[in-house]
Amino acid sequence: MKKTQIAITYVILLIAAVFMCFPVLFSLSLSFSDLSDILRGDYIPDSLNWTNYVNAFNTQPLLHYMINSAITGVLSTTLQIIFALLAAYAIVFIPFRGKKIVFMIMMATMMIPGEVLVISNFQTIRSWNLLNTYAGLILPGLASTFGIFLFRQNMMQIPRELKEASTVVGISDFGFFIKVVAPMVKNTVVTLAIYFFLVSWNSYMWPLLSTTKDTVRTVQIGLRQLQNTEAVSDYGMMAAGAMITSLPTLLLIFFGQKRLQEGMTKGALK
Amino acid sequence: MARKNKKEAEEKQKKPLPLWIIYLLPSMLIFTLFVIYPFVKTIVTSFFATSNTGALTQMVGLSNYISLFTSETYLHSLGTTFLYTILTVPLTVVISLLLAVLSSSNLPGMGVFRTIFSSTMGISVAAGSVFWNLLFHPTAGLLNRVVQWFGGEPIGWLTDTNFAVYSIAAVSIWMNIGFSYLVLMGGLKNIDDSHYESVEIVGGGFFYRLRKVTIPLISPSLFFVVTISLINAFQSFGLIDMLTGGGPNNSTNLMVYKLYNDAFVNFRFGSASAQGIVLFILIFLISRLQTKLTERLVTYQ
Amino acid sequence: MSKIELRDLTKSYDGKVNILEKINLEVEEGEFYVLVGPSGCGKSTLLRVIAGLEKITDGTLKIDGKTANHMLPKDRSLSMVFQNYALYPHMTVKDNILFGLDVKKVPKEEQKRRLAEAAEMLGLTPYLKRKPRELSGGQRQRVALARSVCSQAPLCLMDEPLSNLDAKLRGQMRTEIRRLQKKLGLTVIYVTHDQVEAMTMGDRIMVLQGGKIQQTGTPLELYNEPANTFVAGFIGSPQMNLARARMTDMGLILNDSLLMPVSEEERGRLPQGGRWQIGVRAEQIELAAAGDPLAIPVRVVNTEMMGNETQVLFEVGKELFTARWTGQYLIEAGQDLAIRLSADSFHFFDEASGMLTRAALQIKGHAALTA
Repeated sequence: MKKTQIAITYVILLIAAVFMCFPVLFSLSLSFSDLSDILRGDYIPDSLNWTNYVNAFNTQPLLHYMINSAITGVLSTTLQIIFALLAAYAIVFIPFRGKKIVFMIMMATMMIPGEVLVISNFQTIRSWNLLNTYAGLILPGLASTFGIFLFRQNMMQIPRELKEASTVVGISDFGFFIKVVAPMVKNTVVTLAIYFFLVSWNSYMWPLLSTTKDTVRTVQIGLRQLQNTEAVSDYGMMAAGAMITSLPTLLLIFFGQKRLQEGMTKGALK
Repeated sequence: MARKNKKEAEEKQKKPLPLWIIYLLPSMLIFTLFVIYPFVKTIVTSFFATSNTGALTQMVGLSNYISLFTSETYLHSLGTTFLYTILTVPLTVVISLLLAVLSSSNLPGMGVFRTIFSSTMGISVAAGSVFWNLLFHPTAGLLNRVVQWFGGEPIGWLTDTNFAVYSIAAVSIWMNIGFSYLVLMGGLKNIDDSHYESVEIVGGGFFYRLRKVTIPLISPSLFFVVTISLINAFQSFGLIDMLTGGGPNNSTNLMVYKLYNDAFVNFRFGSASAQGIVLFILIFLISRLQTKLTERLVTYQ
Repeated sequence: MSKIELRDLTKSYDGKVNILEKINLEVEEGEFYVLVGPSGCGKSTLLRVIAGLEKITDGTLKIDGKTANHMLPKDRSLSMVFQNYALYPHMTVKDNILFGLDVKKVPKEEQKRRLAEAAEMLGLTPYLKRKPRELSGGQRQRVALARSVCSQAPLCLMDEPLSNLDAKLRGQMRTEIRRLQKKLGLTVIYVTHDQVEAMTMGDRIMVLQGGKIQQTGTPLELYNEPANTFVAGFIGSPQMNLARARMTDMGLILNDSLLMPVSEEERGRLPQGGRWQIGVRAEQIELAAAGDPLAIPVRVVNTEMMGNETQVLFEVGKELFTARWTGQYLIEAGQDLAIRLSADSFHFFDEASGMLTRAALQIKGHAALTA
């Protein structure tokens, strides 16, 4: 590349980076500022002032919400992965009649938007008395077509001979699943774990519907409440709340970006 | 022979459930209860009048659909959704593609850029809305301070019917760049260097390379991103709920937000179900189009 | 320890097409038995049926005299070596070799002893801590063999174990596998599509085609008396030259174009009938001496010079015949050449069925072998 080309590249990227970062950095800055400073238009704090964070935690049970989100995230991620692993294993390694149809139906459900299902699912969860429970929060999302699809892609790369070699020495189906298949798809497990957790942590509509009390309410809905309470004019505190909410997933993206990128590509290139 | 038959009978008794069912059971249960059943139920409900709790009261045929497509609010909502889609999807994809192409080289510092550009994938709708709300704020927000500094009048970014949908679209583009960028970056990584080298040999420039090599070779990723972005645009809910509540004057009342309100605020489940089915048909068509186009392109290559 | 018997074994996936049809086979203890045939002939399926990986549609399989049709693979005391080696990429060489012994409840001490022995035998001792991807193709192959050795199963089934190796390594591993088999007294059933492997390794060979047995026998039986045109064409390299032949007063006419004089004595030794398919090995075609009255003129299409031998291709009707002569002959394409053919060195096959009616009476090198 020519020098001018490199220079132009850097300039464009730099401008774009500033734009992409700006909303977050601006909020970060506000989260350490006094309200009076903000109102005057002085957005840059003189020192790290943690008052806004303390207030955010005091105004709403944010910590409690975060724990809820963490529990929901871990539970749903783990279960989604286990369910998808099992399903993909059956589809790839166990011969049975109608396998193609089962797989096709599963893939077809990818086209049904969650918003279409939400009304009926809400009624189901309500009729089971599972509103305001972790079970109600995670149950409807436990079968991941995307996960099954990725695992299937991955498992199809495993030579059939590995299964046969296991059969010959007398290793059971489940033994093969645990000892061979699961470790061999561990990269996909990591990718999906990041993805599922991200989606769970950031999910909005379903938690909004299925939680009406603080007990299991997630942090996103907590943030919504923070914005809708009387504290709406305390901009520093709002910023602090949003920063807290975003921290776990931002860290996840920073460390898992490469993995996620590889996994997403596999999904895109079906 | 008798012994053989007996043995086979024993084998059959030993297997209460075929193996595959056991492995598929958890997923099948969830699919049936929370995808297939509600889908069917939504279709059915869309032909019924319902009570406040969602119980079906009377079969009304197509009248839910008819009243939808004669309702000005709904048509307006559809129109707004299309406008919003046209505003967000092309820009999201073009910006992501440009950023991905520019940051895919091995120049120093690219890792930092990649992290920054994909970072919005880690930001939730709720948090993203709060960040932007602080920028949009009519008095304390930065944007209006900048406008005033240039001598302009403060703008009601989220409260002026002329601006609200554009403001929301801007936030949406910002939020969706992270995912699009990540997928396109992955697609770029899969392109073999030899393709670029052959362009170098014929001496093609940046745009020649983009047009002749990069875009054709990442077209599957590109289609995927376009489709997901389209679907996301049609499904937008969180931003509206956090930032405008559909207002002002319905100017940001997108399809899904209206659906949500009709179902859970107005308890008009029949109508909401019909809206859900319309949404499904739209998304189904987009997905089919993507598959068709991808197939054609891939075979063409 | 292990004797395998198949009686009228038939395999079908859909109940219509038979992948294997009425296969009869006996493999003796300590025998190296090769199943050979082109791809899709059913040889791998046969092996997998013996292993218990495929169900038997009809017929019986006996292992050591006991009917084993419904026996689970793990109860058949056999080991298996696969074409792609079936190594588990996430396990070390050591764990790969010992794979399955835990399930069989072999004590740890015993495992250690077997591992050391097998690793030593196959020269893997320095690599035990590595992962398969850090090994070369030949080393991976050895790991697969070591796994088989460690299992101490008396019967070893091998499915094209050498076809992923390059030619040189393949030659080495052929010898090594044979040596290992003799040393351990294993019964081996070995599947390959490569007739050279079959000829060089097998005590006995079964040639399969279209799910049916074409011929079984020792390598030389197959070479010298191919039961039909398929076996004739399949066994031996270069391929046996095959042609249609009919008898006339002037001699044999091959592929309606090449007239081949036949002496009175030879004529008396021809099989019944006047039309056959004939086959002649490349080394049985000779260069005619100058002035030979029985010489046949041909035009050379191509020559392949190997250094120690020369292969000459010429046209007989629309088919290409190959002649192979020891030594270096500088012959150009397009050159005219005089060759000599003897009907005594021809295999005669029935024109319609392709079944052998008379094997060659003279076989080059045969005398030396029996001497």
